Amino acid sequence: MTTATSSAKRSRFRLPFSPWHLLLLPVALLFLIPFVQMFLASLAPAKELVTFPPPFIPSTLTLGEPGTLTKSATGYIGLFSDSPILRWLLNSFIVAVTAIASHMVFCSLAGYGFARLKFRGRTFGIFAIIATIMIPIQLLMIPTYILFAQVGLVNGLGAAIVPWLASAFGIFLMRQFFLSLPKELEESGMLDGATRWQVFFRIVLPLAKPALATLAIFTLLGSWNDLVWPLIAINNEDAFTLQLGLANFQGTRRTQWSLLMAGNVVATLPLIIFFLFAQKQFVATMTMTGLRG
Amino acid sequence: MATTDLTIPASRGAAPARRRPWGRSVADNVTGWLFVGPATVIVLGLSLFPAGWALLLSFQKWDGFSEAESVGIDNYAKLLTAQDFFDAVGHTGLYTLLFVPASVLLGLFLAVALNRRIRFIGFYRTAIFVPFVASAASTGILTSYLFNPQFGLVNNVLRVLGLPQQGWLEDQGQAMMVIAIMSLWGQAAFTTVIYLAALQDVPMELLEAARLDGATPWQAFWSVVWPQLSPVTVFATIWQTIGAIQLFDLVYTTTRGGPLDATKTIVYYLYEKAFKSLEFGYGSAVAYVLFGATLLITVIVVVYSRRRGIEAF
Repeated sequence: MTTATSSAKRSRFRLPFSPWHLLLLPVALLFLIPFVQMFLASLAPAKELVTFPPPFIPSTLTLGEPGTLTKSATGYIGLFSDSPILRWLLNSFIVAVTAIASHMVFCSLAGYGFARLKFRGRTFGIFAIIATIMIPIQLLMIPTYILFAQVGLVNGLGAAIVPWLASAFGIFLMRQFFLSLPKELEESGMLDGATRWQVFFRIVLPLAKPALATLAIFTLLGSWNDLVWPLIAINNEDAFTLQLGLANFQGTRRTQWSLLMAGNVVATLPLIIFFLFAQKQFVATMTMTGLRG
Repeated sequence: MATTDLTIPASRGAAPARRRPWGRSVADNVTGWLFVGPATVIVLGLSLFPAGWALLLSFQKWDGFSEAESVGIDNYAKLLTAQDFFDAVGHTGLYTLLFVPASVLLGLFLAVALNRRIRFIGFYRTAIFVPFVASAASTGILTSYLFNPQFGLVNNVLRVLGLPQQGWLEDQGQAMMVIAIMSLWGQAAFTTVIYLAALQDVPMELLEAARLDGATPWQAFWSVVWPQLSPVTVFATIWQTIGAIQLFDLVYTTTRGGPLDATKTIVYYLYEKAFKSLEFGYGSAVAYVLFGATLLITVIVVVYSRRRGIEAF
């Protein structure tokens, strides 16, 4: 009300809409262009991707063709017939699901333990865990690689999974959440004769859904998009994650844009769709975790 | 029969009383460690233990196969005289200077623009936030295509505007800038979201008071809102700086350090030394120097902002 009257006083030329649209619309389109280009290029005839000036909108839409002796594979059909991308997709799916499940179990148990239970070593334990958040991955890559090589984890999917079983940040996040819960609920449960485990699984965990959603998104983005660790630890094409496969693909099929764009859509679309459905949770996760893609 | 019936409730009732003198240290410790043990072992086993090992490695010369050789501080000494390391520091510094201020300012600008109830605001927010889910591999492919010198969209736009075509990722002087631009595309969401959250905490009374005092919206923003946002600014600056000096993924998926090493960052240098030339000791020394620099920068920014009365943490 006040803004409408005051701005009406200030200027007599009033746009029929907020002037912020003039700024936000171009910015929003600019942010969308890379993805729009990716979708359009993945469906375009391969030769249109290597002409200048490039048609932003393809003349026809095609799903591509499998490779032959004389022609290289193009588009989605070429991608699925000529590359192990389905295998990579499955690998990434296995890594992400295992990581999320394991994070949910271990981090919520530990978060609750550090928040509520009294036992020897509690203070030292939580301080040590929080301190490790400061350690950058680059410091850990070399010894972890040597360690994994010695126990035979390298070059298998296990190498990608093990570092994602639990994280200091996940424990910290869950601990902060449990600290914010009122104790009374648990105390009444204990008075009714329930054990700590029953209290945790029946009373506390059902209340932790928002924190668990944050934890799941944090783990999903981190494990699905991880590149540097699989790059170091996995050298065997059958155990590639989708991101590693894609990066490798980019090196070997440098000029086959049609294939690369189709692969890119396959790797990104699941997360885009998930984001569109759970945008609120994603934003909450970003605010809380400061995680990066 | 009657006694057993009586003992069960009796023992239940007696349990807390009996536990008090010595029970806490056994039963409670067991329960506590059953809860926290698995996650603690995983996290500390995959962080403190390798971090300590890396420190040992940094004083050794080892390729992973032959006998490890203790070399004292030689790795660190070698680092100080290695021209290619200082080149990598320079490239990383350039990226940090390009990326960090731009990402903080862009986040602030987008947050202010998005912090209003107008039509389509949901669409605008989604459009700006959705690139956040794009991985480095995906962003790398998009970058290589959009900025392709021969048939990329960006050069086509320049052509339409009548401007000269550029080499972008193939140009030594421009490659790092292109990487910074695409990092901004993917990460603007983060600084925007934290500024948006902070903007919603700015008391409206303050803005009203400034307006009544005759301040223009521009003046009101810089004298009332901006100081309120300074903890977020400090936090975002530190966070983005730490991320920037660890740049690796997007370099790997676009230029692989080229052209002519122009985008070879510290972490890329570390990766090549450790995993291409198998210099595990030297690589660990690089990692420790990087860690030290990260801590130093964080401490400097926190101390500086505390002096100016900003509580960022």
